Amino acid sequence: MDKKDYLKDISEIKDIMNRSTRFMSLSGISGILAGIYALIGGFVAYKLLLDYGRSMYGSSVLPLSILELILVGIAIVVALLSVFTAYLFTKRKAKKNNEKVWTKASKQLMSSFLVPMLAGGLFTLLLIYRGYYGLVAPITLIFYGLALINASKYTLSMIKYLGGIELILGLLAMVFFGHGILFWMLGFGVLHILYGTLIYFKFDKA
Amino acid sequence: MYSIIKNINKIFDHRVRLGIMSALMVNDFVDFITLKELLDVTDGNLASHLKALEKVEYIHITKEFIGKKPNTKYSTTPIGTEAFQKHISALEKIIKMQR
Repeated sequence: MDKKDYLKDISEIKDIMNRSTRFMSLSGISGILAGIYALIGGFVAYKLLLDYGRSMYGSSVLPLSILELILVGIAIVVALLSVFTAYLFTKRKAKKNNEKVWTKASKQLMSSFLVPMLAGGLFTLLLIYRGYYGLVAPITLIFYGLALINASKYTLSMIKYLGGIELILGLLAMVFFGHGILFWMLGFGVLHILYGTLIYFKFDKA
Repeated sequence: MYSIIKNINKIFDHRVRLGIMSALMVNDFVDFITLKELLDVTDGNLASHLKALEKVEYIHITKEFIGKKPNTKYSTTPIGTEAFQKHISALEKIIKMQR
């Protein structure tokens, strides 16, 4: 064996260690699309809230409880569309990379992401139920950030930093209280588009 | 130089065996099918290399049933872990020296 073979051995060891513990076929395009859905949803929600604020002085158009339902509905539609898009594009990319979608690594990725997300989602619904609307944006960003950091050891390591930034945005949304939708659009919209583009150019294009 | 070469382990001088050890080092255990897909080898090929590693007691085999299906899981033994770590550091040293 000469030097070249030893180098090849080392890179093969690293490759197998990564592939057997991490799911690498996350799609950049689905991140970009999820960001766009979030921005559209955010704009619609912002518009509805503005209209509601104006109508308070004149004749009321929508009762508060209906507006609440619509806002929660928008958030759920954005989330479901994002998950569906992510699944489609990830499946396609995995096929291209010759990686199976349902592996031990991807299962660990899912469970480590979903446990904090489900807790955060239920907690958010309870916040709405109890009337703490202002806390919704900070809390969803914080839980999402924690879920990403938790899941990052089973996928692209750069996801950890995305989680960290989401977490900081969540905390900032609490400092600058009352601008929830703005932080929400930054975290779920702009950041997803940025990160999706980064992943696309770093991993998808090749 | 001699002492480093001594640490290059002949047992790992094969792509499949190196691959098996790499996967087992970072997981608590890995089953046969997962290893097969990961390394892209045939059943017979994988089985013979697993047997070779088991013979020198570098890996441990656990047989169990999931329902009625047999499921064989593999994990590293302390001896195997130590041998593999020695092998990797020897590889790294040689690469460094040749630079």
